[in-house]
Amino acid sequence: MNKLPTNPAVLLLADGTVFHGLAAGAIGTTTGEIAFNTGMTGYQEIFTDPSYYGQILVMAASHIGNYGTHDAEIESESVKISGLVVKKFSENFSRVGSTESLQSYFERDGKVAIRDVDTRAIIRHIRNKGAMNAIISSEETDIEKLKKILAEVPSMDGLELSSRVSCKEAYDVGNPDADFRVAVVDYGAKKNIVRCLVERDCLCRVFPMDATVAEMEAWNPDGYMLSNGPGDPSVMKDSIKLVDEIVEIGKPVFGICLGHQLLALRAGLKTVKMFNGHRGINHPVKNNITGKCEITSQNHGFVVDMESAQGNDEIEVTHTHLNDGTLAGIRYKNHPVFSVQYHPESSPGPHDSRYLFDTFVGNMKEVKASVTN
Amino acid sequence: MPRDTSIKSVLIIGSGPIVIGQACEFDYSGSQAARSLREEGIEVTLINSNPATIMTDKVIADNIYLKPLEPEYIKEILQEHDIDAVLPTMGGQTALNLAIKCDELGIWKEFGVRMIGVDIHAIDVTENREAFRKLMEEIDIPMAPQATANSFLEGKEIAQKFGFPLCIRSSYTLGGAGAGIVHNQKDFDALLTRGLHVSPIHEVMIDKAMLGWKEFELELLRDHNDNVVIICSVENMDPMGIHTGDSITVAPAMTLSDRTYQKMRDMAFKMMRSIGNFAGGCNVQFAVSPDEKEDIIAIEINPRVSRSSALASKATGYPIAKVAAKLAIGYHLDELKNQITKTTSAFFEPTLDYVIVKIPRWNFDKFKDSDRTLGLQMKSVGEVMGIGRSFQEAIQKACQSLEIKRNGLGADGKELRDQEKILHSLEHASWNRLFHIYDAIKLGIPFKTIHEKTKIDYWFLKQIEDLILFEKKVEVHTLDTLPRDILFEAKQKGYADRQVAHLLRCLESEVFKKRNEMGINRVYKLVDTCAAEFEAQTPYYYSTFDEENESEVSDKKKVIVLGSGPNRIGQGIEFDYCCVHGVLAAKECGYETIMINCNPETVSTDFDTADKLYFEPVFWEHIYDIILHEKPEGVIVQLGGQTALKLAEKLSRYGIKVIGTSYEALDLAEDRGSFSRLLKEHNIPYPKFGVVDNAEQSLELADELGFPLLVRPSYVLGGQQMKIVINKEELETHVIDILHDMPGNKILLDHFLSGAIEAEADAICDGEDVYIIGIMQHIEPAGIHSGDSYAVLPPYNLGDLIIEQIETIVRKVAVELKTVGLINVQFAIKDDVVYVIEANPRASRTVPFIAKAYDEPYVNYATKVMLGEKKVKDFNFNPKKSGYAIKIPVFSFDKFPNVNKELGPEMKSTGEAIYFIDSLMDPFFRKIYSERNLYLSR
Repeated sequence: MNKLPTNPAVLLLADGTVFHGLAAGAIGTTTGEIAFNTGMTGYQEIFTDPSYYGQILVMAASHIGNYGTHDAEIESESVKISGLVVKKFSENFSRVGSTESLQSYFERDGKVAIRDVDTRAIIRHIRNKGAMNAIISSEETDIEKLKKILAEVPSMDGLELSSRVSCKEAYDVGNPDADFRVAVVDYGAKKNIVRCLVERDCLCRVFPMDATVAEMEAWNPDGYMLSNGPGDPSVMKDSIKLVDEIVEIGKPVFGICLGHQLLALRAGLKTVKMFNGHRGINHPVKNNITGKCEITSQNHGFVVDMESAQGNDEIEVTHTHLNDGTLAGIRYKNHPVFSVQYHPESSPGPHDSRYLFDTFVGNMKEVKASVTN
Repeated sequence: MPRDTSIKSVLIIGSGPIVIGQACEFDYSGSQAARSLREEGIEVTLINSNPATIMTDKVIADNIYLKPLEPEYIKEILQEHDIDAVLPTMGGQTALNLAIKCDELGIWKEFGVRMIGVDIHAIDVTENREAFRKLMEEIDIPMAPQATANSFLEGKEIAQKFGFPLCIRSSYTLGGAGAGIVHNQKDFDALLTRGLHVSPIHEVMIDKAMLGWKEFELELLRDHNDNVVIICSVENMDPMGIHTGDSITVAPAMTLSDRTYQKMRDMAFKMMRSIGNFAGGCNVQFAVSPDEKEDIIAIEINPRVSRSSALASKATGYPIAKVAAKLAIGYHLDELKNQITKTTSAFFEPTLDYVIVKIPRWNFDKFKDSDRTLGLQMKSVGEVMGIGRSFQEAIQKACQSLEIKRNGLGADGKELRDQEKILHSLEHASWNRLFHIYDAIKLGIPFKTIHEKTKIDYWFLKQIEDLILFEKKVEVHTLDTLPRDILFEAKQKGYADRQVAHLLRCLESEVFKKRNEMGINRVYKLVDTCAAEFEAQTPYYYSTFDEENESEVSDKKKVIVLGSGPNRIGQGIEFDYCCVHGVLAAKECGYETIMINCNPETVSTDFDTADKLYFEPVFWEHIYDIILHEKPEGVIVQLGGQTALKLAEKLSRYGIKVIGTSYEALDLAEDRGSFSRLLKEHNIPYPKFGVVDNAEQSLELADELGFPLLVRPSYVLGGQQMKIVINKEELETHVIDILHDMPGNKILLDHFLSGAIEAEADAICDGEDVYIIGIMQHIEPAGIHSGDSYAVLPPYNLGDLIIEQIETIVRKVAVELKTVGLINVQFAIKDDVVYVIEANPRASRTVPFIAKAYDEPYVNYATKVMLGEKKVKDFNFNPKKSGYAIKIPVFSFDKFPNVNKELGPEMKSTGEAIYFIDSLMDPFFRKIYSERNLYLSR
């Protein structure tokens, strides 16, 4: 079991606020946009979620690392967050199936963390001041020097990040004889999206985000999955164009998070950067079609502007966030296309929204049947 | 769907007297539900036989029936009121059982009353273990291998099939009555017989004991639209094998991965949906295998609010009962607001950025020769909750809340070093196992051994080990050399100044001074349901040591009310009743009210009660820091029982105003010597007595006083260790016993007035005028603790002369003690002489009873007097006097099968009921009167 480092560490926010604590993870310096997550379980899934790329994450839960890390509970092959801020970073973990402590996991990926800071005060600060860039260092405590490094970090607004986490080459997951073939456009896809599809008898081919429609159509998929991913969707002009071409094919499309935002942008809606994003596994969403509510897993700092959706002929709003009334899901009126802002694959998080995968598979079945008949 | 407007009048059934397994958590849920329904303009009628509850108060419900929880009284209510619906989920198993009974009798149907919040089928299927097992099988929810037996023979066959160890549980019982784990045939036979007897339908479930599996609980809420949320996950630190009510529990779950947690959540949803389509709360218990498979099995589901949901409400800030009541009348979760933020949705799952630890409070000392081992049957009488930013801080605070003469977990010089005893304790858990785990680690007993014997998850054990390692880092220092970061860490880990002082071999006050100099101060954080994601509107705080303080101090005049801590025998719900009324009265007088308490079951710790709630140990250090922070006008100590009262001395010493009767007066009443002098000066008779330090002196004094003698340690609660002795041998033995348990304590010897009649009076005094609110006469003769005797209000056979004497004495004593507020005086009457046994210048157990019987807000009045806002003569007293009210003591002896029901000077009852009679010809009165000598022992 790796001991926790005892070096002092510092967290500096772009507005000059400083928090002192102790180091955890690798010793070093890291920068990113600071955001907080309120989930009480599933830290490993969160840290490996590519949508968090570029983000320094504050965990609200007071103990992180209690059950170590587990090979089967990753959402990508490495830790994707830029840095971590926690109250209590567990030195000891307890779980029979765990292979490694969170400390050694972070060390291996060279990820820097700070512990024993007043995370609640930090979250209240961000809640009131909004998202901003931040720097963590466990090697440099000179605030002035850190300020200089921090000043160089670009704003998340207008930043395209998906290309950093998208796969470089297409790969297949699933049973080759599966009923359906799904082309997954990888903007930083969580593994569980693919798992949820494979469980529903789909063979997935995960394509790099710069794949062309021709390349994907050559594989003859039954439907398209537009994955989650990090960054500002509004600057992803090529991706919006690709999404437009995909929609026009007429096959079922399912968009999640960034994929959802791209589908919205394609329909002429706007996306905006949120004052504070939604990050947690307790987000209430209402399905406006069925009237039922679901507790969802969310992770987004940009959102589709609800106002821009009013009066749009092409789409209708299917889901609304119950806490702040933001847009949480849309569907196209004339295409078998729908998308949600949240994570129905929810790893971590409740399984309330898994029905959306069934809907997607149902759409593929329907379209396939109408084609063969 | 908005609320169902056809429901205009609702009946809520309470849970009756407090017994082990069903305590004041149901006063909390019932009060919340009543308030929640009244907010909607619904007329609330309430039935409960327990007079010490807030729920049976006019401030809570429209129509109150202090009647036995029997179908005939339900019928009476339905005849008198036009009730649309009954809500039976707020009063524990008692209320559910009564609802079923009424349903079977066709009463609900006859009066056109709908049952809301649950359905009969759901109750039936969850309580009938065989039906439940079948249902779980149908929906593919795994359970431990089990079978039901309706006969001794069937039981034995099952045992043969499954093999030991086995659990036996009785169907339709409370708090695991008749349940246990057996490892061999002999024990099995005994428990099987008992289990079959206790079950009202003579059925037991026998299942394979999943010893060592990890135990978890989820609290669910569902609306009529089938929207479900999990309010809280709770992990039992004590694994399977110990009743959850007797387990140390932690929220949120500490050692659950998301994968296993979500699987459990799915199972809980499936289970709740399978038992019926009702809107309301639900508690589900699971066990998880402690291996890499992390298999989950269901243990049970309770379709009602429970002790766990009260804990979950306090742990998260999400008021389950309040919301459940709204759901019962038709609201959907997404139509309601989060009660803490007031802006976000009530349909969400609370998230915690702190840890809570609940530790049960036991009272084994009251049940001589009882089996003190914890098992499937609940034995604790109360609980405390500690809130901290880490598990360590939370568990230290919980230990500080227990009032078991410990300053926290360890570092107080009270460790056990006997290896054999420790090892035995680890395996046979009792009230002190937590402390022995600490001792075991400190002693160097291998981790593996500790884990094997306790089966407690390594994570928790490592947290305790870390405390011991940390203490070593502290101990190498002295107060002068201690660096700031170590002291800060000690405080963050929850160590009290006293514990740090012990480690540094210095005084508590020196540590306090040092940390203040170093700027290490308590800060207060909010319990806000959302981990600070949204702004909260509700002032529910806990303390910690961190950077930011969130508790802003107003410039209003403030008063602090000290709560009574964990429930225990001798100090229970009645003091919570008093605290809540004190808070409400102070509010009426324009004060900002601040409540301090650590008991999660209570109404006083409902964030809706006081203007500001500090959920903190009623422990000097925490109280003093809050006082320094808030700067109140003063502190009310006379409503929170002995717990609060005993802090008066220190408050006074630190120059903090004790509201009402001063510390000096409180001390005068407590001190036998000075109090007797006072009585003597005024020619008030009292039994001859003396104070001794050892057995030698006691024998000498006995010659002077004459037998029988009442022997007790001074300064104790509820007659602890009090005994009547009739000869020198007994006297010697008992004195030595007391000194063994409480070394250095003074011992009081009173001449016992054998055969005397006992009576007690409560009064309000403003220092000059005295108003006697009621005199109660005990039915049993002197020798049985007042809390354990039947008592009648007003006296049933005391002559006018006697009553006159009592009244004169009460007035005199109250004024002489300079009482400002409440006072209780106890009497023994023999040969027409009225002797004073004791006087307590504080709210007593009987005050709520009298207030209920006479329908007058006495605690409210007394609080206004204490605050100096009103004089006794300002009130227009108008007691509703007709017939008699009998106080019925209620016991929990059934939880201790080997203990005989023997009553004496030491209190043993856990609760009480009120019963009104029109005349002394009442058959119930005749019966108890004729049996008055039955249980008297010594």
